Order: sequence, then C-alpha cells, then structure tokens
Amino acid sequence: MADASQTGPIVSRHDPRYEVSMYRYVGVDGAHTLDFYRSHGGYDAARKALTTMTPEQVVDEVKASGLRGRGGAGFPTGVKWSFMPPPDGRPRYVLCNADESEPGSFKDRYILEDDPHQLIEGMIIAAHAMRATHGFIYVRGEYMLGIERTVAAVEEARSAGLLGEKILGSELSFDITVHRGAGAYICGEETALMNSLEGLRANPRLKPPFPAAAGLYGMPTTINNVESLASAVHIINRGAAWFASMGTEDSKGTKLYQISGPVHRPGIYEMPMGATFRELIYDFAGGPSLEPKAFIPGGSSTPMFPWEDRFLDMNMDYGTLAKNGSMLGTGGVIVIPRDKDIVDLMFNLVRFYAHESCGKCTPCREGVAHWLPRLYQKLVEGLGTQEDVDLIEDLANNIRGTAFCPLADACVMPVQASFKWFRDEYEYLAEHKVPKYGKTDWWQA
Amino acid sequence: MIELQTVAPFFADKQERLAEILNRYPPQGRRSALMPLLWEVQNAELHVSEARMQEIADILGINVTEVKGVMSFYSTYHEHPLGRYHLQVCSTISCSLAGADQMYDYLVEELGIVNGERDAEGRFSIQKVECLGSCGTAPVLQVNDTYYERVGRSRCAHLIDAMRRGELPAPWRERGSDIAGAEKAAAASGLGASGEGQGRQGPTGGGAD
Repeated sequence: MADASQTGPIVSRHDPRYEVSMYRYVGVDGAHTLDFYRSHGGYDAARKALTTMTPEQVVDEVKASGLRGRGGAGFPTGVKWSFMPPPDGRPRYVLCNADESEPGSFKDRYILEDDPHQLIEGMIIAAHAMRATHGFIYVRGEYMLGIERTVAAVEEARSAGLLGEKILGSELSFDITVHRGAGAYICGEETALMNSLEGLRANPRLKPPFPAAAGLYGMPTTINNVESLASAVHIINRGAAWFASMGTEDSKGTKLYQISGPVHRPGIYEMPMGATFRELIYDFAGGPSLEPKAFIPGGSSTPMFPWEDRFLDMNMDYGTLAKNGSMLGTGGVIVIPRDKDIVDLMFNLVRFYAHESCGKCTPCREGVAHWLPRLYQKLVEGLGTQEDVDLIEDLANNIRGTAFCPLADACVMPVQASFKWFRDEYEYLAEHKVPKYGKTDWWQA
Repeated sequence: MIELQTVAPFFADKQERLAEILNRYPPQGRRSALMPLLWEVQNAELHVSEARMQEIADILGINVTEVKGVMSFYSTYHEHPLGRYHLQVCSTISCSLAGADQMYDYLVEELGIVNGERDAEGRFSIQKVECLGSCGTAPVLQVNDTYYERVGRSRCAHLIDAMRRGELPAPWRERGSDIAGAEKAAAASGLGASGEGQGRQGPTGGGAD
C-alpha cells in the first residue's frame, strides 16, 4: 500500500508527496497583505503567464491539468475558458463567483479573508488567457471582512502595477471591481449573478446564449468560482502535470473539502481529490462527536448517504459520487447525528430553498417555495398523515427536472434521498404524530 | 406623485463618493451601481426610505418601482429601520445542528422581539437568516457586519450584556481550519504558529466565555 502510494496518483493527504497549496497561508497572520503574498512567491505565476506564455498556452495548460469547476457543477475550467470568442474590440469580462451560499460550504470565505491576492492573481491569469478587459468579484454581502480585505488587496495590487494598464509589461490591461451582494442564494447561479451585477432582480436567464457569447452587459463573459481561480495560480506555477498527478480518473488536483455538523474538528481541509470521506471525517475532523446516522457529501443540495462503510469509503470525486446517485458539489460534508429527526432536518433544508426561490418559474415557485414547506410543517407539527408523506414524495418526484434553473432540483434531490434511506422516520411521524427522534435542544454551553 | 422634500438628499454632500461608486462600472452598466448605492444609504441610516429610493432612482435614471423591485428581492436591504445592533441568527442546517434554534428562542425571550422586529428603544432588531457560510464554526450570530462564531449559551449571554452596555466586543476569529496546512505555513514563513482558529480553541480576542 505504501509502495503503491509512492508511484500511483496521489489520492490521500497521508501520501508524503502531497502538499497543501491553496490553503497554505490561510490562518497565518498578515497573509492577506501584498507584502506577505509577494514574499511567499506571490504573483510569480501571473508573471510567468503574462511574460512567457501566450493566452492559448495558458488555456491549454489549464485544460491539461484536468481542473473542473469548484463551484459545484464541475465543468472543465480550461474548456470553459476556450469558449470565449476571438477578441473583436468589445469589452470582455471575467467574473469571479464569490457568492458562496450553499449550506455546508465555507471554503471561499477564508481565501477572501486571508489570501485575497491569490484570487486576484488567478483572475489576472484568467484575464490573460481570455484576453479579458475587466473583472468583477461578486462577493456575498454578508462576507464583510472578506469584502474589506479583497477591496484592500485590489487597491494594493493596483498601486503595485499588478492591475491597470499593461500589467508587468505585457499587453494585458485589466482591472477588477469588487461588488457586494445582498443575501440571495440564487446569485450563485451564473446568469442570476450577472443580472444581479447589472442591478436587476437576480432571476436566472435562459441559456443559450451562454455567457461566453452574451454575458454581462451582453458581452463575452466567463464566470469561475474562487477556488477554481486559486487553483489556476498553482497550475501555472507548478505545471499541469503536477496538478494531474493528484486525484482519480475524472477528478484531478487538490480540493478544499469542508466538514461541519457534530464532529470533533469541523473546518476546511485541503486534500487531493479522490481521498475518502472516511479520511476526511475520521483522520482530519476527528470523527463524529455524536452518534451519526447519515452524511451529506457536498453541500445541502447533494443527496445524503446513510452512515455505512460502503459510503464512507467512497472517493470524494465527481465520478464516484455521480455513480452513487449524488454529487461532489462544493465538497461541503455535513454529518447528521442519529438524534436529529430526518423530517425536521429536511424541513430546515426545504425552508432554505423556499426562502431562496426567485419565483420565476412555476415548479419552483409553487412546489419548492409554497407547497413543500407547508407539507413539511404540517408533518413536523404532528398534524400530518400518510397521505401527506406520499404527497411530499410525489411532489419531489414531479418537480425534479422541470424547473428553469437548478435551484428546484437542488431542493428535491435531497428530499428524494431522505425518502430512499429514511422513509421510516416520515412514516413514524405520520403515524405517531411525534418524531421518532425527539431531541430538540442542540445548544452547547 | 407630488411629495414634499422633507429631508436633504443623501448624496448631496457626498458627490465624490457617489462618483467613485459610479466609476466602478462601465458606462453601459450605470445601473450596476444600484446595489452599492442602497448599501451606502442603509449603512448610514439603518434602512432605505422611500425618499432615498427615489433619489437613487433619479441618480441612475430608472423608475423608483425598479429600485423597490430590486430591494425587495434581497434579504439584507430593509425598508424599516434596523436596531443599532441588528442580530442575524443563521438558521440553516449546520447552525441548526449546533443550537441556532435555541439561540433564537433565547434572544426572543431576552429581548422581547421576534424575527423582523426592532425594540422600542431602537437598540436591537432580530432577523433569522439563511446560511452565512460559517458552518465549521456554528452556530454563528452576525451583529451588523460582524460574525460572532461558535456562540454557545454563555457567549451569547455575554454578547447581549455587552451590547446593552453599548459595547460591541471584538470578534474572536475561529476557523477550525486546516491545522497541518497552517502549521506548515507558519514554519515556512518563519512566523510563529498563528494563534487563531486551529481546531477548537477558545476566543483569542474579546472572548466572552
């Protein structure tokens, strides 16, 4: 086993060849400043890209690395970059989606707070690759410390000539605007984010046209997640082969996994893709602190698994999760304790999606925002019947795949999974009018 | 609609700031300044009144109905004044598993106001909010723009006491983050290990328990 780990791809953080890269300086005092960043190799990758690589070479390098979008959808980043049309004199935008709002996800926040120059460097590289003229970082409005530090970092970079005209003596002229959101999960959907940035209500847009053809202000636009852009820095620094030496068949590189819920050391752990849930939960997070019965693998939108060896031993990668009927999502693992009634837990999640539905399309507005939370509330208050249980499941099955954007599916897929594994808790509640697991006080001293 | 101008325009004496905000966006994107302008007003006045909405609409050359449409879409803009301490209790899954519902009940009992209300003195207001991205340090209580993390019962009581005295304690930054990564980095950078937020540590500044 030790021998295999020395020659094959790196899929465990225990592998001695593995090194943390994106989170190397997160948590270190002063890491958010330009001085610190530059004295630790900062902006070397941007210099390399801008002065020694053509835009096409940068795109090819990112393609070859196998990097897939870290915002949840997992679309290959280099391929996305290659969708931008040839320059035609119009403005071209690169957007950073820092509207991190998926319950269970909190990785991007600490990059904004503790290492914002890493993100700015990633945007400069992306701008070079796509010949972009301006960048926007859309940060969720609540991340005030992250916003302040990112704004300060942009100003520092501008003063140092790392943003502005002819950056580092290259042909690239590029600047960044930081835009503060105002509390709307739907802005994580890329076309809704563009509407929000344009000062409109954040309803998603019909695709096509895709953003590369007609994005922000109708101009060619590409949107990437914070972690994707941070990854690009290290891919340029250390090469596509280094990145691709980590991970599994369809999932390359290093990734920020998050873990919350009742474990001993919740937080964010950077690990190679393909590491197992068991390694994250037990080796790094210290194992469950309450008896567990299930876990959510990648943020609240991803269908849950019961606490069984066959699921704990799954590799945390795109393909394995898809094959098992779920998704890697943002990599935000949530541990669910036995004493939390599943119906109550799902009511919490359904209420979240109901609150965040934009109301644009019928299945989501009527199903997700209106009927599902009402039916759950009826059950939770002990007024539900077996018919209500069936109706919830029927609703979820019928909403699936019918809505305008992914938000409705993000709600009903976890509902379906809760029925698949924990139907007995629904039926118990409908029959006895009290939950099978009645613990209500979770607040610690 | 004829309305008596009873207050001075908000941006009248802030032309430089206004120009700076408008200049962040390209000419074809003037309307993009809508959200930042709403923030400017709300930060100063704890809400955005009808008159301010009209003023922003005029600045951007759009109808006030459009301003209202955008404002009402988002959870963090408010038409009615917030308290000086606006308490935002994250209610979503990871915080809920760490006791956010009990924290909310405690605040309701302690302050005598519920979700969406402000007290008679204008000191406190409460809002139940959705996931704040602090799941690893749950439960989180956001006061105005500041996150207070891992707010257990005693920390919550201390926070309320402090705010009643007119003090807002410095936030303790907790991360529960990447222990090995941060240690390695500290060694590499020649700095001491960062005092904050590795694993389950106590508060490092302004701690309340």
